[in-house]
Amino acid sequence: MNAHTNVLTVTQLNTYVKSILEGDRNLQAVYVQGEISNFTDHYRSGHLYFSLKDSGGVIKAVMFAGNARRLRFKPEDGMKVLACGKVSLYEVTGQYQFYVNELQPVGAGALAIAFEQLKNRLEKEGLFAEEHKKALPRCPERIGVVTSPTGAAVRDILNILARRWPLSEVVLCPVLVQGEGAAQQIAEAIARFNREKAADVLIVGRGGGSIEDLWAFNEECVARAVAESKIPIISAVGHETDFTICDFVADLRAPTPSAAAELAVPDRGEVLRNLLHTDEVLRNSLQNRMNLERQKLDRVTTALGESFNRPLEKSHQKLSKLMAQLDALSPLKVLGRGYAVIKKEDGTILENASEAAPDEILHLRLKNGALKCRVLEQEQV
Amino acid sequence: MKSKMTFESAVSRLEEIVASLQDSTVSLEESLKLYEEGAKLSKYCYETLEKAEQKVRTLTGEETINEA
Repeated sequence: MNAHTNVLTVTQLNTYVKSILEGDRNLQAVYVQGEISNFTDHYRSGHLYFSLKDSGGVIKAVMFAGNARRLRFKPEDGMKVLACGKVSLYEVTGQYQFYVNELQPVGAGALAIAFEQLKNRLEKEGLFAEEHKKALPRCPERIGVVTSPTGAAVRDILNILARRWPLSEVVLCPVLVQGEGAAQQIAEAIARFNREKAADVLIVGRGGGSIEDLWAFNEECVARAVAESKIPIISAVGHETDFTICDFVADLRAPTPSAAAELAVPDRGEVLRNLLHTDEVLRNSLQNRMNLERQKLDRVTTALGESFNRPLEKSHQKLSKLMAQLDALSPLKVLGRGYAVIKKEDGTILENASEAAPDEILHLRLKNGALKCRVLEQEQV
Repeated sequence: MKSKMTFESAVSRLEEIVASLQDSTVSLEESLKLYEEGAKLSKYCYETLEKAEQKVRTLTGEETINEA
Protein backbone atom coordinates (compact mmCIF):
# COMPACT_ATOMS: atom_id res chain seq x y z
CA MET A 1 0.00 0.00 0.00
CA ASN A 2 1.51 3.23 -1.15
CA ALA A 3 0.62 4.99 1.94
CA HIS A 4 2.23 8.27 1.11
CA THR A 5 0.90 8.84 -2.38
CA ASN A 6 -2.86 9.51 -1.92
CA VAL A 7 -3.42 9.90 1.78
CA LEU A 8 -6.08 12.43 2.70
CA THR A 9 -7.05 13.85 6.00
CA VAL A 10 -10.66 13.30 7.14
CA THR A 11 -11.32 16.93 6.59
CA GLN A 12 -9.92 16.79 3.08
CA LEU A 13 -12.11 13.80 2.29
CA ASN A 14 -15.23 15.47 3.65
CA THR A 15 -14.42 18.68 1.83
CA TYR A 16 -13.88 16.76 -1.36
CA VAL A 17 -17.14 14.84 -1.13
CA LYS A 18 -18.93 18.05 -0.21
CA SER A 19 -17.54 19.78 -3.29
CA ILE A 20 -18.73 16.93 -5.47
CA LEU A 21 -22.22 17.09 -3.99
CA GLU A 22 -22.36 20.85 -4.30
CA GLY A 23 -20.93 20.71 -7.80
CA ASP A 24 -23.88 18.68 -9.01
CA ARG A 25 -26.43 21.19 -10.19
CA ASN A 26 -29.17 18.57 -9.87
CA LEU A 27 -28.60 18.40 -6.13
CA GLN A 28 -28.69 22.15 -5.58
CA ALA A 29 -32.41 22.60 -6.13
CA VAL A 30 -34.16 19.44 -5.14
CA TYR A 31 -37.74 18.85 -4.18
CA VAL A 32 -38.10 15.96 -1.79
CA GLN A 33 -41.29 14.55 -0.43
CA GLY A 34 -41.29 12.62 2.80
CA GLU A 35 -42.48 12.33 6.35
CA ILE A 36 -40.95 14.30 9.18
CA SER A 37 -39.42 12.35 12.05
CA ASN A 38 -37.12 13.19 14.95
CA PHE A 39 -38.15 16.77 14.75
CA THR A 40 -36.15 19.10 17.03
CA ASP A 41 -36.83 22.77 17.38
CA HIS A 42 -33.59 24.34 18.46
CA TYR A 43 -35.05 27.17 20.48
CA ARG A 44 -31.86 29.10 21.07
CA SER A 45 -30.65 29.24 17.50
CA GLY A 46 -34.00 28.95 15.78
CA HIS A 47 -32.66 26.20 13.48
CA LEU A 48 -34.87 23.19 12.87
CA TYR A 49 -33.40 19.68 12.77
CA PHE A 50 -35.32 16.67 11.57
CA SER A 51 -35.29 13.66 9.29
CA LEU A 52 -37.26 13.02 6.17
CA LYS A 53 -38.19 9.43 5.61
CA ASP A 54 -40.20 7.13 3.46
CA SER A 55 -40.68 3.38 3.58
CA GLY A 56 -37.27 2.79 2.08
CA GLY A 57 -34.97 5.20 3.85
CA VAL A 58 -34.13 8.31 5.83
CA ILE A 59 -32.20 11.51 5.18
CA LYS A 60 -31.11 14.06 7.79
CA ALA A 61 -32.44 17.53 7.19
CA VAL A 62 -31.82 20.97 8.63
CA MET A 63 -33.64 24.22 8.17
CA PHE A 64 -31.79 27.29 9.30
CA ALA A 65 -33.42 29.99 11.37
CA GLY A 66 -33.58 32.51 8.54
CA ASN A 67 -35.79 30.19 6.53
CA ALA A 68 -37.56 28.67 9.52
CA ARG A 69 -38.83 32.08 10.60
CA ARG A 70 -40.87 32.33 7.43
CA LEU A 71 -42.75 29.11 8.16
CA ARG A 72 -46.36 29.68 8.92
CA PHE A 73 -46.94 26.29 10.46
CA LYS A 74 -45.04 24.30 12.99
CA PRO A 75 -43.57 21.07 11.56
CA GLU A 76 -44.39 17.98 13.58
CA ASP A 77 -43.35 14.35 13.52
CA GLY A 78 -45.47 12.32 11.15
CA MET A 79 -46.35 15.31 8.98
CA LYS A 80 -46.04 14.72 5.24
CA VAL A 81 -44.10 17.52 3.66
CA LEU A 82 -42.60 18.70 0.43
CA ALA A 83 -39.15 20.15 1.08
CA CYS A 84 -37.12 22.26 -1.29
CA GLY A 85 -33.42 22.71 -0.77
CA LYS A 86 -29.98 21.44 -1.60
CA VAL A 87 -27.98 18.37 -0.74
CA SER A 88 -24.65 18.79 0.95
CA LEU A 89 -22.42 17.40 3.61
CA TYR A 90 -21.79 18.52 7.17
CA GLU A 91 -18.06 18.12 7.51
CA VAL A 92 -18.00 17.97 11.33
CA THR A 93 -19.97 14.75 11.37
CA GLY A 94 -19.42 13.58 7.81
CA GLN A 95 -23.13 13.44 7.59
CA TYR A 96 -24.69 13.99 4.22
CA GLN A 97 -27.88 15.92 4.61
CA PHE A 98 -30.63 17.96 3.11
CA TYR A 99 -30.56 21.73 3.66
CA VAL A 100 -34.14 22.86 3.48
CA ASN A 101 -35.05 26.34 2.25
CA GLU A 102 -38.78 25.88 2.02
CA LEU A 103 -41.18 23.45 3.56
CA GLN A 104 -44.82 22.86 2.71
CA PRO A 105 -47.29 20.43 4.14
CA VAL A 106 -48.60 17.92 1.64
CA GLY A 107 -52.38 17.68 1.47
CA ALA A 108 -53.82 20.47 3.59
CA GLY A 109 -52.25 23.86 2.84
CA ALA A 110 -49.59 25.30 5.07
CA LEU A 111 -51.88 28.11 6.13
CA ALA A 112 -54.72 25.77 6.97
CA ILE A 113 -52.38 23.74 9.16
CA ALA A 114 -50.92 26.83 10.75
CA PHE A 115 -54.42 28.06 11.44
CA GLU A 116 -55.47 24.83 13.13
CA GLN A 117 -52.26 24.66 15.15
CA LEU A 118 -52.53 28.19 16.50
CA LYS A 119 -56.24 27.84 17.08
CA ASN A 120 -55.77 24.66 19.11
CA ARG A 121 -52.96 26.14 21.12
CA LEU A 122 -54.77 29.36 22.00
CA GLU A 123 -57.97 27.50 22.71
CA LYS A 124 -56.12 25.31 25.22
CA GLU A 125 -54.74 28.46 26.80
CA GLY A 126 -58.30 29.67 27.25
CA LEU A 127 -58.07 32.73 25.01
CA PHE A 128 -61.42 31.97 23.39
CA ALA A 129 -63.25 31.29 26.65
CA GLU A 130 -66.70 32.85 27.04
CA GLU A 131 -65.86 34.21 30.48
CA HIS A 132 -63.19 36.44 28.93
CA LYS A 133 -65.67 38.06 26.58
CA LYS A 134 -66.32 41.64 27.60
CA ALA A 135 -69.72 43.25 27.20
CA LEU A 136 -69.96 46.04 24.63
CA PRO A 137 -71.02 49.48 25.85
CA ARG A 138 -74.61 50.35 24.89
CA CYS A 139 -73.79 53.80 23.53
CA PRO A 140 -70.03 54.10 23.08
CA GLU A 141 -68.77 57.68 23.05
CA ARG A 142 -65.64 56.86 21.12
CA ILE A 143 -65.28 54.05 18.61
CA GLY A 144 -61.77 53.02 17.67
CA VAL A 145 -61.28 51.59 14.18
CA VAL A 146 -58.18 49.60 13.32
CA THR A 147 -58.10 48.95 9.58
CA SER A 148 -56.61 50.15 6.33
CA PRO A 149 -57.27 53.87 5.73
CA THR A 150 -57.92 53.26 2.03
CA GLY A 151 -60.09 50.14 1.89
CA ALA A 152 -63.82 49.84 1.37
CA ALA A 153 -64.07 48.61 4.96
CA VAL A 154 -63.26 51.97 6.53
CA ARG A 155 -65.73 53.75 4.22
CA ASP A 156 -68.49 51.28 5.06
CA ILE A 157 -67.81 51.57 8.77
CA LEU A 158 -67.81 55.38 8.73
CA ASN A 159 -70.98 55.55 6.65
CA ILE A 160 -72.90 53.21 8.88
CA LEU A 161 -71.71 54.85 12.09
CA ALA A 162 -72.65 58.28 10.72
CA ARG A 163 -76.10 57.09 9.72
CA ARG A 164 -76.91 55.06 12.82
CA TRP A 165 -75.17 56.88 15.63
CA PRO A 166 -73.43 60.16 14.82
CA LEU A 167 -73.10 60.89 18.55
CA SER A 168 -69.95 58.81 18.76
CA GLU A 169 -66.54 60.11 17.89
CA VAL A 170 -64.69 57.79 15.51
CA VAL A 171 -61.01 57.38 16.20
CA LEU A 172 -59.17 55.85 13.26
CA CYS A 173 -55.85 54.11 13.56
CA PRO A 174 -54.67 53.38 10.03
CA VAL A 175 -52.67 50.16 9.62
CA LEU A 176 -51.50 47.77 6.93
CA VAL A 177 -53.92 44.88 6.84
CA GLN A 178 -51.89 42.52 4.67
CA GLY A 179 -48.32 41.78 3.82
CA GLU A 180 -45.10 42.18 5.73
CA GLY A 181 -45.53 43.86 9.11
CA ALA A 182 -49.33 44.04 8.94
CA ALA A 183 -49.90 41.82 11.97
CA GLN A 184 -47.43 43.83 14.07
CA GLN A 185 -49.12 47.10 13.09
CA ILE A 186 -52.55 45.74 13.98
CA ALA A 187 -51.31 44.44 17.33
CA GLU A 188 -49.58 47.74 18.08
CA ALA A 189 -52.68 49.75 17.18
CA ILE A 190 -54.77 47.71 19.62
CA ALA A 191 -52.13 48.16 22.32
CA ARG A 192 -52.00 51.91 21.62
CA PHE A 193 -55.75 52.35 21.94
CA ASN A 194 -55.46 50.67 25.33
CA ARG A 195 -52.46 52.71 26.45
CA GLU A 196 -54.09 56.00 25.48
CA LYS A 197 -57.59 54.89 26.56
CA ALA A 198 -58.67 56.37 23.25
CA ALA A 199 -61.87 54.39 22.67
CA ASP A 200 -64.76 52.64 24.44
CA VAL A 201 -65.01 49.91 21.83
CA LEU A 202 -62.74 48.81 18.99
CA ILE A 203 -63.55 47.54 15.52
CA VAL A 204 -60.61 45.57 14.14
CA GLY A 205 -60.84 44.23 10.61
CA ARG A 206 -60.66 44.53 6.88
CA GLY A 207 -62.66 43.70 3.77
CA GLY A 208 -62.69 40.37 1.97
CA GLY A 209 -59.70 38.69 0.36
CA SER A 210 -57.89 35.39 -0.04
CA ILE A 211 -56.74 33.45 2.99
CA GLU A 212 -53.25 34.88 2.38
CA ASP A 213 -54.68 38.41 2.32
CA LEU A 214 -56.45 37.85 5.62
CA TRP A 215 -53.46 36.14 7.17
CA ALA A 216 -52.35 38.98 9.44
CA PHE A 217 -55.53 38.36 11.47
CA ASN A 218 -54.39 34.78 12.05
CA GLU A 219 -51.06 35.78 13.52
CA GLU A 220 -50.37 35.10 17.15
CA CYS A 221 -49.32 38.67 17.97
CA VAL A 222 -52.75 39.94 16.86
CA ALA A 223 -54.49 37.25 18.90
CA ARG A 224 -52.44 38.21 21.97
CA ALA A 225 -53.13 41.91 21.54
CA VAL A 226 -56.86 41.25 21.25
CA ALA A 227 -56.80 38.99 24.31
CA GLU A 228 -54.94 41.58 26.39
CA SER A 229 -57.14 44.49 25.37
CA LYS A 230 -59.17 46.06 28.17
CA ILE A 231 -61.32 47.72 25.53
CA PRO A 232 -63.99 45.39 24.10
CA ILE A 233 -63.16 44.38 20.53
CA ILE A 234 -65.42 43.56 17.59
CA SER A 235 -63.55 41.52 15.01
CA ALA A 236 -64.66 42.01 11.41
CA VAL A 237 -62.41 40.25 8.95
CA GLY A 238 -63.42 39.53 5.36
CA HIS A 239 -66.78 38.08 4.48
CA GLU A 240 -69.33 36.12 6.44
CA THR A 241 -67.64 32.80 5.62
CA ASP A 242 -64.13 33.86 6.68
CA PHE A 243 -63.11 32.88 10.18
CA THR A 244 -59.85 34.12 11.64
CA ILE A 245 -58.07 33.59 14.95
CA CYS A 246 -58.80 37.25 15.67
CA ASP A 247 -62.53 36.44 15.41
CA PHE A 248 -62.23 33.72 18.03
CA VAL A 249 -60.35 35.85 20.54
CA ALA A 250 -62.44 38.99 20.05
CA ASP A 251 -65.35 39.79 22.35
CA LEU A 252 -67.70 39.73 19.38
CA ARG A 253 -67.30 38.50 15.81
CA ALA A 254 -69.02 40.46 13.09
CA PRO A 255 -69.51 38.77 9.71
CA THR A 256 -68.36 41.92 7.85
CA PRO A 257 -66.96 45.38 8.67
CA SER A 258 -70.40 46.90 7.94
CA ALA A 259 -72.00 44.49 10.35
CA ALA A 260 -69.39 45.43 12.96
CA ALA A 261 -70.44 49.06 12.69
CA GLU A 262 -74.08 48.04 13.12
CA LEU A 263 -73.24 45.97 16.19
CA ALA A 264 -71.10 48.71 17.76
CA VAL A 265 -73.83 51.33 18.10
CA PRO A 266 -77.59 51.59 18.59
CA ASP A 267 -79.82 53.01 15.87
CA ARG A 268 -80.68 56.68 16.27
CA GLY A 269 -84.21 56.25 14.90
CA GLU A 270 -84.95 53.45 17.29
CA VAL A 271 -83.51 55.33 20.25
CA LEU A 272 -85.61 58.36 19.29
CA ARG A 273 -88.73 56.21 19.20
CA ASN A 274 -87.88 54.71 22.59
CA LEU A 275 -87.27 58.16 23.96
CA LEU A 276 -90.64 59.29 22.69
CA HIS A 277 -92.22 56.37 24.50
CA THR A 278 -90.28 57.05 27.70
CA ASP A 279 -91.36 60.67 27.52
CA GLU A 280 -94.98 59.60 27.28
CA VAL A 281 -94.61 57.17 30.17
CA LEU A 282 -93.00 59.94 32.17
CA ARG A 283 -95.91 62.30 31.59
CA ASN A 284 -98.52 59.59 32.15
CA SER A 285 -96.87 58.51 35.36
CA LEU A 286 -97.13 61.98 36.78
CA GLN A 287 -100.69 62.36 35.49
CA ASN A 288 -101.67 59.06 37.11
CA ARG A 289 -100.06 60.09 40.31
CA MET A 290 -101.91 63.40 40.31
CA ASN A 291 -105.21 61.65 39.63
CA LEU A 292 -104.53 59.25 42.43
CA GLU A 293 -103.76 62.08 44.84
CA ARG A 294 -106.90 63.95 43.73
CA GLN A 295 -109.07 60.92 44.40
CA LYS A 296 -107.47 60.49 47.76
CA LEU A 297 -108.19 64.14 48.56
CA ASP A 298 -111.81 63.76 47.45
CA ARG A 299 -112.26 60.77 49.67
CA VAL A 300 -110.83 62.54 52.68
CA THR A 301 -112.99 65.62 52.09
CA THR A 302 -116.15 63.53 51.86
CA ALA A 303 -115.25 61.61 54.98
CA LEU A 304 -114.66 64.83 56.85
CA GLY A 305 -118.11 66.21 55.88
CA GLU A 306 -119.81 63.00 56.86
CA SER A 307 -118.23 62.80 60.24
CA PHE A 308 -119.51 66.32 60.97
CA ASN A 309 -123.07 65.80 59.70
CA ARG A 310 -123.87 62.39 60.99
CA PRO A 311 -124.84 63.20 64.69
CA LEU A 312 -127.15 66.01 63.61
CA GLU A 313 -128.83 63.83 61.07
CA LYS A 314 -129.34 61.13 63.64
CA SER A 315 -131.15 63.46 66.11
CA HIS A 316 -133.25 64.74 63.30
CA GLN A 317 -134.33 61.25 62.40
CA LYS A 318 -135.08 60.40 66.01
CA LEU A 319 -137.22 63.50 66.42
CA SER A 320 -139.39 62.77 63.40
CA LYS A 321 -139.88 59.22 64.56
CA LEU A 322 -141.02 60.41 67.97
CA MET A 323 -143.36 62.88 66.41
CA ALA A 324 -144.88 60.18 64.23
CA GLN A 325 -145.41 57.98 67.27
CA LEU A 326 -146.92 60.83 69.20
CA ASP A 327 -149.20 61.62 66.34
CA ALA A 328 -150.35 58.01 66.05
CA LEU A 329 -151.17 57.83 69.70
CA SER A 330 -153.02 61.14 69.88
CA PRO A 331 -156.74 60.74 70.88
CA LEU A 332 -157.57 63.45 68.42
CA LYS A 333 -156.53 60.98 65.75
CA VAL A 334 -159.31 58.58 66.91
CA LEU A 335 -161.87 61.36 66.84
CA GLY A 336 -160.69 62.02 63.29
CA ARG A 337 -162.03 58.61 62.32
CA GLY A 338 -165.62 59.51 63.50
CA TYR A 339 -165.52 58.56 67.18
CA ALA A 340 -166.58 60.78 70.09
CA VAL A 341 -165.64 61.07 73.72
CA ILE A 342 -168.60 61.27 76.07
CA LYS A 343 -168.30 62.92 79.49
CA LYS A 344 -170.74 63.36 82.30
CA GLU A 345 -171.38 66.75 83.82
CA ASP A 346 -168.72 66.03 86.44
CA GLY A 347 -166.17 65.32 83.71
CA THR A 348 -165.92 61.52 84.11
CA ILE A 349 -165.71 59.64 80.85
CA LEU A 350 -168.68 57.42 80.08
CA GLU A 351 -167.76 53.85 79.21
CA ASN A 352 -171.05 51.91 79.81
CA ALA A 353 -174.58 52.90 78.80
CA SER A 354 -175.79 51.87 82.26
CA GLU A 355 -173.81 54.73 83.81
CA ALA A 356 -176.16 57.29 82.29
CA ALA A 357 -179.73 57.79 83.50
CA PRO A 358 -182.55 59.09 81.26
CA ASP A 359 -182.69 62.86 81.10
CA GLU A 360 -179.06 63.17 82.16
CA ILE A 361 -176.97 65.78 80.43
CA LEU A 362 -173.86 64.43 78.61
CA HIS A 363 -171.02 66.25 76.84
CA LEU A 364 -169.79 64.84 73.44
CA ARG A 365 -166.35 65.76 72.19
CA LEU A 366 -166.07 65.36 68.40
CA LYS A 367 -163.19 65.89 66.00
CA ASN A 368 -164.35 69.42 65.48
CA GLY A 369 -166.26 71.00 68.37
CA ALA A 370 -168.50 69.55 71.14
CA LEU A 371 -172.21 68.88 71.77
CA LYS A 372 -174.34 69.06 74.94
CA CYS A 373 -176.96 66.20 74.79
CA ARG A 374 -179.81 64.79 76.86
CA VAL A 375 -180.29 61.00 77.30
CA LEU A 376 -183.67 59.90 76.00
CA GLU A 377 -183.67 56.30 76.83
CA GLN A 378 -181.31 53.49 77.82
CA GLU A 379 -181.18 50.69 75.30
CA GLN A 380 -179.93 47.27 76.08
CA VAL A 381 -177.60 46.00 73.37
CA MET B 1 -77.86 69.47 35.05
CA LYS B 2 -74.17 68.73 34.71
CA SER B 3 -72.71 70.08 31.48
CA LYS B 4 -70.71 66.92 30.81
CA MET B 5 -73.31 64.19 30.83
CA THR B 6 -73.06 61.21 28.55
CA PHE B 7 -76.06 60.23 26.52
CA GLU B 8 -76.01 56.80 28.07
CA SER B 9 -76.00 58.07 31.65
CA ALA B 10 -78.81 60.50 30.80
CA VAL B 11 -80.93 57.67 29.42
CA SER B 12 -80.18 55.48 32.45
CA ARG B 13 -81.20 58.25 34.84
CA LEU B 14 -84.35 58.87 32.83
CA GLU B 15 -85.31 55.20 33.08
CA GLU B 16 -84.66 55.33 36.81
CA ILE B 17 -86.95 58.34 37.16
CA VAL B 18 -89.74 56.70 35.21
CA ALA B 19 -89.51 53.68 37.50
CA SER B 20 -89.65 55.88 40.62
CA LEU B 21 -92.64 57.79 39.30
CA GLN B 22 -94.56 54.55 38.99
CA ASP B 23 -93.83 53.77 42.61
CA SER B 24 -96.64 55.29 44.68
CA THR B 25 -94.60 55.22 47.89
CA VAL B 26 -92.52 58.13 46.61
CA SER B 27 -93.94 61.35 48.02
CA LEU B 28 -95.85 63.68 45.75
CA GLU B 29 -93.31 66.47 46.25
CA GLU B 30 -90.52 64.08 45.30
CA SER B 31 -92.53 62.92 42.27
CA LEU B 32 -92.89 66.48 41.03
CA LYS B 33 -89.16 67.05 41.41
CA LEU B 34 -88.42 63.79 39.62
CA TYR B 35 -90.77 64.69 36.81
CA GLU B 36 -89.07 68.02 36.33
CA GLU B 37 -85.67 66.34 36.19
CA GLY B 38 -87.00 63.70 33.81
CA ALA B 39 -88.46 66.27 31.46
CA LYS B 40 -85.10 68.07 31.33
CA LEU B 41 -83.24 64.83 30.66
CA SER B 42 -85.65 63.84 27.95
CA LYS B 43 -85.20 67.22 26.27
CA TYR B 44 -81.41 66.92 26.56
CA CYS B 45 -81.46 63.44 24.98
CA TYR B 46 -83.66 64.61 22.12
CA GLU B 47 -81.46 67.57 21.38
CA THR B 48 -78.30 65.52 21.57
CA LEU B 49 -79.71 62.99 19.14
CA GLU B 50 -81.01 65.62 16.76
CA LYS B 51 -77.91 67.78 16.72
CA ALA B 52 -75.33 65.00 16.59
CA GLU B 53 -72.77 65.16 13.81
CA GLN B 54 -70.14 62.50 13.38
CA LYS B 55 -66.61 63.47 14.39
CA VAL B 56 -63.69 61.54 12.99
CA ARG B 57 -60.07 61.82 13.95
CA THR B 58 -57.05 59.66 13.41
CA LEU B 59 -54.89 58.70 16.34
CA THR B 60 -52.08 60.76 14.92
CA GLY B 61 -53.99 63.37 12.96
CA GLU B 62 -56.32 66.32 13.47
CA GLU B 63 -59.97 66.28 14.30
CA THR B 64 -62.26 66.56 11.29
CA ILE B 65 -65.98 66.50 10.58
CA ASN B 66 -67.04 63.64 8.41
CA GLU B 67 -68.98 64.68 5.30
CA ALA B 68 -70.68 61.32 4.94
